[in-house]
Amino acid sequence: MKEIINLPVHSIEEEEYHINMGPQHPSTHGVLRLVVTLQGETVKKVQPHCGYIHRGIEKMCEKDTYQQIIHLTDRMDYLSAHINNHAVCLLVEGALEVEVPERVKYIRTIIDELNRIASHQLWWCSFGMDLGGLTCFFYGLRDREHILDIFEESFGSRLLHSYYTPGGLMQDIHPNFQKRTKDFIKYFRKKIKDYDKLLSGNVIFENRSQGIGVMSKEDAINYGVSGPSGRASGWSCDIRKKYPYGVYDKAEFNEILRTDGDTYGRYMVRMDEMRESMKIIEQLIDNIPEGDYTAKMKPIIKLPAGEYYQRVESARGELGIYCISDGNKTPVRMKFRTPSFVNLGVLDKLSRDMKIADLVAIGASLDLVIPDIDR
Amino acid sequence: MAFNIYDFTSFNQSIDKALYEWLPPFWAMIVEMTIIGLVFLLAYAVVGLLLVYAERKVCAFMQNRVGPNRVGPYGIFQTIADFIKLLMKELVYIKDSDKLLFNIAPFIVIIASFMAIAAIPFAKGLHAIDFDIGIMYVVAVSSLGVVGILLAGWSSNNKYSLIGAMRSGAQIISYELSVGLSLLTIVVLAGTMQFSQVVELQSSGWFIFKGHIPAVIAFIVFLIASTAETNRGPFDLAEAESELTAGFHTEYSGIKFAFFFLAEYMNMFIVASIAATVFLGGWMPFHISGLEGFNHVMDFIPPLIWYIGKTAFIIWLMMLFKWTFPRLRIDQLLNLEWKYLLPINLVNILIMAFIVLMGWHF
Amino acid sequence: MNSIYTYFADIFHGLKSLLIGMSVTGRYFFSPGQIVTQQYPENRKTLKMFDRFKGDLIMPHDANNQHRCTGCGICETNCPNGSIEVISDRIELPDGKKKRIIDKHIYHLGMCTFCSLCVKTCPSDALAWDQTFEHAVFDRSKLTKILNKPGSSIIKDIE
Repeated sequence: MKEIINLPVHSIEEEEYHINMGPQHPSTHGVLRLVVTLQGETVKKVQPHCGYIHRGIEKMCEKDTYQQIIHLTDRMDYLSAHINNHAVCLLVEGALEVEVPERVKYIRTIIDELNRIASHQLWWCSFGMDLGGLTCFFYGLRDREHILDIFEESFGSRLLHSYYTPGGLMQDIHPNFQKRTKDFIKYFRKKIKDYDKLLSGNVIFENRSQGIGVMSKEDAINYGVSGPSGRASGWSCDIRKKYPYGVYDKAEFNEILRTDGDTYGRYMVRMDEMRESMKIIEQLIDNIPEGDYTAKMKPIIKLPAGEYYQRVESARGELGIYCISDGNKTPVRMKFRTPSFVNLGVLDKLSRDMKIADLVAIGASLDLVIPDIDR
Repeated sequence: MAFNIYDFTSFNQSIDKALYEWLPPFWAMIVEMTIIGLVFLLAYAVVGLLLVYAERKVCAFMQNRVGPNRVGPYGIFQTIADFIKLLMKELVYIKDSDKLLFNIAPFIVIIASFMAIAAIPFAKGLHAIDFDIGIMYVVAVSSLGVVGILLAGWSSNNKYSLIGAMRSGAQIISYELSVGLSLLTIVVLAGTMQFSQVVELQSSGWFIFKGHIPAVIAFIVFLIASTAETNRGPFDLAEAESELTAGFHTEYSGIKFAFFFLAEYMNMFIVASIAATVFLGGWMPFHISGLEGFNHVMDFIPPLIWYIGKTAFIIWLMMLFKWTFPRLRIDQLLNLEWKYLLPINLVNILIMAFIVLMGWHF
Repeated sequence: MNSIYTYFADIFHGLKSLLIGMSVTGRYFFSPGQIVTQQYPENRKTLKMFDRFKGDLIMPHDANNQHRCTGCGICETNCPNGSIEVISDRIELPDGKKKRIIDKHIYHLGMCTFCSLCVKTCPSDALAWDQTFEHAVFDRSKLTKILNKPGSSIIKDIE
């Protein structure tokens, strides 16, 4: 046991000292432990130690059927549960070459985007809280509540939905779904202006975020930092554009790209992505075609033997699922390439020679979800 | 004994006279001091608890919440319940901490704020000591609290506490300058440092209006600097809960933590009182010279109400700061002081001196 | 000269942005009508969950205390956490055939992850979600529920 606790740490130089940020710390949003080497207030090295919330989801997948795997993926990145589910469904549908009804594709795309907005809202409020603006937290949660209500009405749960099944959906959307979604878009277009007034334009916020944790495009590619964090560095990595799934090819939206690559850039990319998501939803919400909510599927799904890879654009970056099947009803190996785990790798590079306060800001701007890191 | 809520002078003097007639002078003085001490102790606790409640309610309303609403009507007894909870909590002793300093630190913080409160004029005649250098006394005493914060951080044997304490030291020493200089701007205008005279001089108009733009600038600078001096957000770097968990009081529990907590709110109250007294006329009603009828109506409102109203407004403003802005970083905090507030303040004081010299003020 | 201009421009730009931020919180402070908090125990009477809310797994019984569960055990195999146990029994019908009926349909609420697979896969629609949400109990054993009511039987035409 002692060997595990005394993990090898960065050798200490003169006038340097370690502090343990986490596993219980207000700004790590969960049980992430960062061993930070400091010189005064300047960060010299950050060593993330993960595994405090490791639940062995990948191993558990090996004993579960493909329908049951869905509910486990909810619990990886719980803030974009639908998108995780979507990845598994696409993997199974792709392997079985099932054509899902057009209605399902539309509904899935809309719900994915709603989920992305909800995730970014929570990111926004926790980002504000990490920088010390506590009021942001409540405004973000207040608006997220509207999306959760939409979810709850249609799927019965607020966070961990398990709504998608291989081949379709659990049940059809609620009759109120379209009206509520449109109401929400109208409401949120007004409220997002408050977000800008409170944080985006604020001089303190600009000073805290501009030029902090600059990540070049090369770094983003080398470290595999995908999603909004990678796009802030100018790396065009939006799976929705590059490898369209759902009906993203039918909706018109921009891939938000910025070149500054600092904390402010990552912030602005996410803010603009919320607006883009609303644009996508507005285009699709009135055009949901009539039809079945699920394709005809066998009760026991067996993937043909082989290897499969499926990626989707989760709210944090590229979520990849790699699956080996031997033709049985359970996979032999299921590997999740979760965006938070990969994005965590760059934290050390970005926060060197910055202050502790910057480390918190950079960590928040990467939008790490700890259960997504550990799985 | 006539009791006048507009002027407490005769009330105080009658008590004073009665005591000296009844007791030998030495004992009369002792009794007087004890009475004043007890009154302040009571006021301190009540105001502190009220402010904690007010802060929670104000931030709740800003955040679209209800705030405390379970204990008593509108939750007014919430802070008392919290206080009882803190009293009953265990005082955790930290291994390898400096026991003596660890125990003394909260008392230094609370005594510093207790000393500052003595010089504040609450209404005409309601004044513990009226120094002729009252403003200087308050500035000197209110910065003593930092010693307690430094000791608390140093003796806790915790790196978070130490970082918080060092931040707090750098911060308060820097911002002390701006607080002093912005008050000095008004001292130049008023020509006195005595609080009672500062208030009397504002009977024809508050200094913030009398002193043209320099007074307004001094007021804004004072607000910013005093918010920083009281370790409140957006300058709460010493606590910075998202970075240092709780900064210098990470290791404190129970009633010792409550002392730090109470002292923070009392410092806010003291700073707001000084701002109200020096810039907004203290207990002096709002007067516009020339409008006799209007002035009479304003005089009808008791001075204590004026004082409380102004102080509450400034406290509300400071709460608005805290619950709106993100926190600054330590180097930005020092930049703000040394590159912006201090030069502006120095120029401002020159302009004010020039205005006074030319007799351009009202 | 230019640096002096930027110095003061920075100050005024900064002050303006701070005032804009304060206007947001200040506006909410003076509009208590926008408070969104729900007063939970007080609004218990009026609080209504959505129809599809997944609160508690139930087995609907009709007026004759009859349910639709055949005891086939599909829900048990589909449950990813083993939170459903179906204990079935065999009875002899009057015409001599043997028939499987449920003895106990046990549901462990404490292990349930509300994935809804049991409800979806049930061939005879015997299971449903209830909208109760106050699940807190003092003893863990109370989270284990028997869904079929005592003395209940299966509706005739279900196979």
